[in-house]
Amino acid sequence: MAINLAVDLGAGLKLKNPVLTASGTFGYGTEFADFIDLNRLGGFIVKGTTLEPRQGNDSPRMVETPSGMINAVGLQNGGVDHFIEHKYPSLTQYTSEVIVNVSGASVADYAKVAEKLAPLDKIHAIEVNISCPNVKAGGMAFGTTCEGAAEVTAALRKAWPRHLMVKLSPNVTDIASIAGAVEQAGADSVSLINTLLAMSVDVERQRASISTVTGGLSGPAVRPVAVRMVWQVARRVSIPVVGLGGITCADDALQFIMAGATAVQIGTYNFVDPQVTVKTIDGLEDYCRRHGVDDINKLRGII
Amino acid sequence: MKEYLLDFKIADRTVLPGGCAMIEFERADGEKLPPFRPGQFVEIKIPGVPAAMLRRPISICDVTDSGRLLLMVKPAGEATRHLTLMPAGSVVSMIIPLGNGFDTAGAAGKRVLLAGGGVGAAPLINLCRVLADADAQVEILLGGRSARDVQGLPEYYRGSEQVHVATDDGTVGHHGLVTGHPVLNERFDTIYVCGPTPMMKGMAAIARNRGTECFVSLENMMACGLGACLCCVEKTVKGNVCVCKHGPVFNINELTWQ
Ligand SMILES: Cc1cc2nc3c(=O)[nH]c(=O)nc-3n(C[C@H](O)[C@H](O)[C@H](O)COP(=O)(O)OP(=O)(O)OC[C@H]3O[C@@H](n4cnc5c(N)ncnc54)[C@H](O)[C@@H]3O)c2cc1C
Ligand SMILES: Cc1cc2nc3c(=O)[nH]c(=O)nc-3n(C[C@H](O)[C@H](O)[C@H](O)COP(=O)(O)O)c2cc1C
Ligand code: FES
Repeated sequence: MAINLAVDLGAGLKLKNPVLTASGTFGYGTEFADFIDLNRLGGFIVKGTTLEPRQGNDSPRMVETPSGMINAVGLQNGGVDHFIEHKYPSLTQYTSEVIVNVSGASVADYAKVAEKLAPLDKIHAIEVNISCPNVKAGGMAFGTTCEGAAEVTAALRKAWPRHLMVKLSPNVTDIASIAGAVEQAGADSVSLINTLLAMSVDVERQRASISTVTGGLSGPAVRPVAVRMVWQVARRVSIPVVGLGGITCADDALQFIMAGATAVQIGTYNFVDPQVTVKTIDGLEDYCRRHGVDDINKLRGII
Repeated sequence: MKEYLLDFKIADRTVLPGGCAMIEFERADGEKLPPFRPGQFVEIKIPGVPAAMLRRPISICDVTDSGRLLLMVKPAGEATRHLTLMPAGSVVSMIIPLGNGFDTAGAAGKRVLLAGGGVGAAPLINLCRVLADADAQVEILLGGRSARDVQGLPEYYRGSEQVHVATDDGTVGHHGLVTGHPVLNERFDTIYVCGPTPMMKGMAAIARNRGTECFVSLENMMACGLGACLCCVEKTVKGNVCVCKHGPVFNINELTWQ
């Protein structure tokens, strides 16, 4: 039986299979080239890119917690011009989709990054990280209010000509209403979840485990929260949903797909098993075979 | 250098009096070890420890005469303690080799000092052999709290001319810190250091004062070990750089240490 794993996220973003890598956990892809054939991926989402270069936060930036980790990298990156000059050229060789994750401290910053990326033919989509602190709104993240999320989305809808994916923060009371606001403002898809705000204390040293005190929790620990949120969002919006948070294998990915996700991303678990993405793709095909499903799309949203 | 994801089988284990285990590994597929440089490390997945989902970085200590990979593991927490107790035959997954390693070019004829504190002694073992093979004159300086912390270690430094020791309690060698050892009054062309941060900073200050070339191997907290997550950065004169990729070995002139 021929099995179709290809999915269509709309607005020109077609993936050969539903497995993407999550921003900030997969570098620029090339870091994993010794372990997997990058062309097997549905696509990879590169590190959060800002207008200016950013040094990020002080060390220590991470601590392992039960079935997960808390990070405070703080968007360290070389800036969009550096990306275009030094990273983009080597990414054009891949047949997998390359998606750029975009961050900013103001609406204008986001839009300028998108404008600079627009001429790059290989980049069919950007993913907008709206979990960034909004400098104007006193550092409160854009993604925590419907107005903030919609404002960024609308500005990017003007600045970016191709697929616009908006990545939602889980640190909100009602993620479905934020998703609705983002859809209204012109997003082509939403991805969720970004990391959960978290904290850990090193009691021996009597100080916070990471330099910023609080940071973002990721890994299997967040998966049940993420699956719940994907389910809620998928019932609210009619644009495609990309699910992520703690995926380690095909069964985990299928939880998101059955809860309504069209595609999934794998983040933290790449650190544990650099081959987790291809194993997940193989596992999805195997699942379909075992269950007599000829098209992965038939499993979407069955819950 | 190409990185490999490989299964290794524990072949043998020796526990030193100080509590560190010297563990010998063979590739599960029976093949030879991939090439590596002294000072590079592996990311090892320690099975059976739920608290350790992430891999743990461990320096490559040496390769034995029979071609086995030697790692020196200090039981610092749950995962490393478990690793020191795993029986022969156990299989673990490793990513190998990672990081830049020590630059050993042009070592011939030089007089060099390798200073290790605690488990920082590990990466210096292979470095010692490589430098000695390159006709450098190699001396070792080991530090510990007490005699038992360094017991059994000197014999691993093959090709070294002399092994100096400093202990906090004076039970063997110089009584006091490594940084106070009289051998440091002598002239070396290069000093290589791995150990606790205060020791490395102390050694770096001494080297800087004397104008001696000095390399340190850092042990920042790591998540991926591959340069992908940016969790392990150190502040350098060129900004924040990944210790796992651009390090763990740095010339002290690259660091912002005072
Ligand atoms: C490049 C590099 C090379 C290393 N080489 C060796 C080696 O050859 N032999 C060896 O025994 N250990 C080595 N370490 C340290 C080793 O990785 C840690 O001891 C280990 O990760 C602790 O794991 P755990 O679960 O046992 O302890 P945890 O419970 O996670 O931690 C126990 C203690 O170890 C400290 N620790 C945790 N992670 C690290 C880390 N990445 N670096 C330093 N301290 C840490 C914690 O702060 C804590 O105080 C190296 C570390 C790095 C970064
Ligand atoms: C080290 C690290 C860095 C991250 N950097 C970014 C980033 O730059 N932009 C972003 O949108 N999300 C970033 N994330 C969040 C992940 O993309 C993902 O949303 C989250 O980790 C949940 O997925 P996971 O549990 O599979 O890791 C980062 C996560 C980690 C662990
Ligand atoms: S540990 Fe991930 S970049 Fe160094």
